[in-house]
Amino acid sequence: MSGERTGAVGARWTGRVLDLWAGLVLLYLFLPIFVIIAYSFNKPEGRFNFVWKAFSLDAWRDPFLFPALVDAMKLSLQVAAVSTTVATLFGALIALALCRYTWKGSGTIGLLLVLPLTTPEVVLGSSLLSLFLSANYATGFSTIVIAHIMFSVSYVALTVKARIKGFDWTLEEAAMDLYATPWRVVTKVTLPLIAPGIAAAAMLSFALSLDDFVITLFNAGSRVTYPLYVYGARRAAFPPQINVLATAILAGSLVLLGLTVLWQNRTLKQAGD
Amino acid sequence: MDSVITLDHVSKRFGAYVAVHEAHFDIQRGEFFSMLGPSGCGKTTTLRMIAGFEQPSGGRILLEGQDVSRVPPYQRNVNTVFQHYALFPHMSVRDNVAFGPRSKKAPEAEVAKRVDELLSVTRLTQFAARKPAQLSGGQQQRVALARALVNYPSALLLDEPLGALDLKLRQAMQIELKRIQREVGITFIYVTHDQEEALTMSDRIAVMNEGLVEQIGSPEDIYHSPARVFVANFIGVANLLPATVVGEMENRLVVSLEGDVRMETANPAWGAKPGSKGTMMIRPESLYFRESGKGLPVRLTAAAFSGPAIRLVLTTGSGIEMIAHVPSDGPRPVLEPGRSYVVSWDPEGARLLPPKSARSPLDMNLRPTLELAQQFYPNSVV
Repeated sequence: MSGERTGAVGARWTGRVLDLWAGLVLLYLFLPIFVIIAYSFNKPEGRFNFVWKAFSLDAWRDPFLFPALVDAMKLSLQVAAVSTTVATLFGALIALALCRYTWKGSGTIGLLLVLPLTTPEVVLGSSLLSLFLSANYATGFSTIVIAHIMFSVSYVALTVKARIKGFDWTLEEAAMDLYATPWRVVTKVTLPLIAPGIAAAAMLSFALSLDDFVITLFNAGSRVTYPLYVYGARRAAFPPQINVLATAILAGSLVLLGLTVLWQNRTLKQAGD
Repeated sequence: MDSVITLDHVSKRFGAYVAVHEAHFDIQRGEFFSMLGPSGCGKTTTLRMIAGFEQPSGGRILLEGQDVSRVPPYQRNVNTVFQHYALFPHMSVRDNVAFGPRSKKAPEAEVAKRVDELLSVTRLTQFAARKPAQLSGGQQQRVALARALVNYPSALLLDEPLGALDLKLRQAMQIELKRIQREVGITFIYVTHDQEEALTMSDRIAVMNEGLVEQIGSPEDIYHSPARVFVANFIGVANLLPATVVGEMENRLVVSLEGDVRMETANPAWGAKPGSKGTMMIRPESLYFRESGKGLPVRLTAAAFSGPAIRLVLTTGSGIEMIAHVPSDGPRPVLEPGRSYVVSWDPEGARLLPPKSARSPLDMNLRPTLELAQQFYPNSVV
């Protein structure tokens, strides 16, 4: 009897420690984000938004006050849009090929896909830059896009691959059996069913592109993306508009993420899983 | 005879593995034709070749007299009901059924008419707006059927379509399938490993084993006159005794069984003559069970009452186990396990089956190859 009680008390005690520990980890993860959001409502004294002074909606009322910041944000969004489109197309096709067929070398391709994820960004960025330099290719918008496509393709391919692992390929045979040409099979059956997975991968790719600093720094030439601007700005000024735009991006991606989750749940329910 | 599909010496190899070897038969219009065999016997591969998902490595497949061996599935007028139905999860029942006619770009008014007709034949009208995941297994099964039949195919191919259903539903669907087949009058080609299913539903059965078609015939033929030991064993229960032909008279043979017990049997078609070795096959219900007299001495091991019949387990002198069914209400000897009895049979109730070597010499050489291939390529698709 007493042994049981001690056990129960012990379990309750370890449970509490575990809760506390998990809470601390979550705090560690999210505190910086909360600080960024909170400081978007700050009214800083001077050029640097590092010390809390007073609550204000000034920055939110005028988020596009600094043209250079707006330009950097625009450039980041453009780069993200182009690189995500290309990377999603290639990555999804690679994933489809890897799931659908096994051929001599498909294992190697699977391995090569993981490589950009495990290689330090410094190595990727610097080696890409040396490639551009030796090819005498001017760095700028196109080189940022190329660099972002390079690392995004891997993420997209691996994400899509994981999502379509359980795809029932007999559905394609069924469609073909019902007189659908290969084109009709893809557009009416395969794509609609794997679209949520591809959308999730595209979102990931977009976020990675928006966020990348190291590789971009090497290959940006004279162009300034949002992360580069933020880093450079810290020496001259750090206005709360930086926090405002960052918070807006965060909110936007959370909404998109929520929508994707809803969409995926619906598709899964239809698939009867 | 009007044949819809002809398999002309069709073979399929995956690397060194022979999945189907020289399948050669016709399927008649309006027939319910089953391909029956254990898993890995090549029945599904044969079906997939007819559907167009696999191309034969040798031979030709004719559909309505046309060679379709190299024609892609979407240009063949046959439709398949898949083992796990393969319904499109993102489409309603109606859109699933309409998929085929829409692929063929039929006018939407005609599509609607045909879909309505098939939904009513398969009793699905009230579920037209539902998604497949909202249906029971049996209903999904009927959607798969409607989706295939709406195209009026030359033949409907069914790949173990009842395998995923529980026993009760399976029996109900067997009757339902037969009803639908009679109603639409379309040729059904049915793949199954369930011998009872094949016997109840089929007009003809092709029994397959290790890539070879062992026998083709009506359910009665296959059950009462199996051509080979494999067929006798695979369909129903068979008592098999090694036998040697010792005499011949008119259309009967005298064979010697163990202990030189002599019995008569009908002369089989495979050319047995005095000196030939073979296997005697007697079905349990064809055995006479007596206390003594002329026949094969056996010892009673066990007896089990099963309603209309009593199932007796017997052992011969050389240790071969036999099964006999005797009517539970008729006159019969007192059953005492351990005691000796005698079994006999009418010459017509037994079949002398050829030894394995009596098949074509080619098969003799093929078997070790098949076994080796199976050992080295266990994951081959069959």
